[in-house]
Amino acid sequence: MADIILETTGLSMRFGGVTAVDNVDFQLREKELRCLIGPNGAGKSTFFKCLTGILKPSAGEVFLDDQETTGWDPHRVAGLGIGIKTQVPSVMDGLSVHENIWLSARRRSSVAEANRKTGEVIDRINLGGLAYKELGQLAHGERQRVELGIVMAGNPWLILLDEPAAGMTGEEVEHMSDIIRELNRNAAVIIVEHDMQFIRSIASKVTVFYRGAVLMEDDVSVVLSDPTVRDVYLGKKA
Amino acid sequence: MQSQMIKSMVGPAFAAILIMCLLPVVLETYTLTLLVVYGMLGLSLGLIWGYGGILCFGQAAFFGLGAYSYAIAAINIGESTVPVFIGILVPAVVAFLLGAMMFYGRLADVYMGVITLVFTLILFRFMNSTAGPDFVIGKARLGGFNGIPGYQTLNVPGFPDEYIYGDALYYLAFSLLIVIYLLLRWFLKTSFGRTAIAIRENEERVELMGYDVRIRKTLLFSLGGGIAGLAGVLYANWAEIVTPGLFSLGQSAEIIIWCIVGGLGMLVGPIFGGMLIGLMKFLLGQQSMIDNTLILGLVLVLFVLFLPKGVVPTVSKWLPTGRTKSRKRRRKSQGRSRKSEA
Repeated sequence: MADIILETTGLSMRFGGVTAVDNVDFQLREKELRCLIGPNGAGKSTFFKCLTGILKPSAGEVFLDDQETTGWDPHRVAGLGIGIKTQVPSVMDGLSVHENIWLSARRRSSVAEANRKTGEVIDRINLGGLAYKELGQLAHGERQRVELGIVMAGNPWLILLDEPAAGMTGEEVEHMSDIIRELNRNAAVIIVEHDMQFIRSIASKVTVFYRGAVLMEDDVSVVLSDPTVRDVYLGKKA
Repeated sequence: MQSQMIKSMVGPAFAAILIMCLLPVVLETYTLTLLVVYGMLGLSLGLIWGYGGILCFGQAAFFGLGAYSYAIAAINIGESTVPVFIGILVPAVVAFLLGAMMFYGRLADVYMGVITLVFTLILFRFMNSTAGPDFVIGKARLGGFNGIPGYQTLNVPGFPDEYIYGDALYYLAFSLLIVIYLLLRWFLKTSFGRTAIAIRENEERVELMGYDVRIRKTLLFSLGGGIAGLAGVLYANWAEIVTPGLFSLGQSAEIIIWCIVGGLGMLVGPIFGGMLIGLMKFLLGQQSMIDNTLILGLVLVLFVLFLPKGVVPTVSKWLPTGRTKSRKRRRKSQGRSRKSEA
């Protein structure tokens, strides 16, 4: 059995009187692909932000690669070799595609290595013709791809993606899931997603969040045919 | 890569030297020296604002600190070489500390503006109230409202009696401005410089890439403080007196206007803005019909309304610039290399 590379124990996040994440124990193994699903306000994104260090959890611990990283700043978490994509596309609009990706590649490698890697990544996300175009002029789907390219260029061993398929066309989503599957060969991936179609197409183990806690955790087919999960998604009382 | 870098600098350097030699034909070097100082001060804010995205309302504080540190050190030491370095170092260190406080505290832009503004005000008030004989640093009396006159001005290093003034001061100041400009051009091409620009574009993304944004912003802010300090040192040598007026709010606001008028996001813009407005003030100062500040305000309003990008970017859009040419060339050469790979 592969090693556990990410673990949370009793992770909780409270905002005033609201408990957004409630005592979550979570484990992820090497090269695993995991989807986090759940209705709006279930705490998926908050949980995600606690992992990346954007939020500091109120209680509990986070371990990444056997190191406790609870309360670390995002740059230190990312510096461990973790690629992060946030919910809203977070790219540098005033810079070129090349520059966006180069900066990410440069973080953990030399200039020459970064130059090589950048070309490689741009080819892989199919944006060769737009490499020197300012990002602000690109379409939404293209910018999402650039952000994925930024994540790729960092050579991560763990990738955290918050709603990577949001606002994309069907074709783009397909391309995206190809890229994600390819990335998954060398890295573990956690995906927060609403889009059931997308989750089915990647087919993996799914963790269902509901009211801040983990409702169930199983293979995608089992989860999606579970009556409780259906009820939760349709808004009935579980 | 390196040789390309050097090649790309030869043109601007040559042009700058040409301008340096030609300007004295039109204006006295005495006036020009001040314009160069303004240009350098504009550049210091242009760097941290235009490239780092840090809007500092207190750039005059570092300018004044540079001038005061130089004057105080010059009185105590009696030779100008060490004081020049002190005049750069003190503002750079102060900017580092102030920046660290702001950036590690994760203050929002608005509060950063307020803090830098208040910092300038504090220095202004403090320097104004140092009139008594109690306010002494070594042999130098701070002099309150009257400032500090009569310090050793620039001399050839090692020869305290060989003064650098007049024409020589102009050429020295302009050369320093050129050197700083070229160094900054190089700096912005380095990995550190490129991340600085990226931080301006999207701080969160850079952080999620794994870069420590706080230390980078602090260092950039400190660099800007050091350059403003050097401008202050040169000013102190031009004016031969330093007064609390250097720290005034008007001075701080003016630097921001220079950057807007000249054009942000480029190095030449703020230099040009500083020199242009400086020249305008000088010419307007020769008449007494209209109040100087009134016109300055009008210029700012007109620029914000009609030329929001500033003079230099607007003008260079009309001209066939070298930048677009080189970009085309780069694209061509890339296409070629790709073909050859295939």
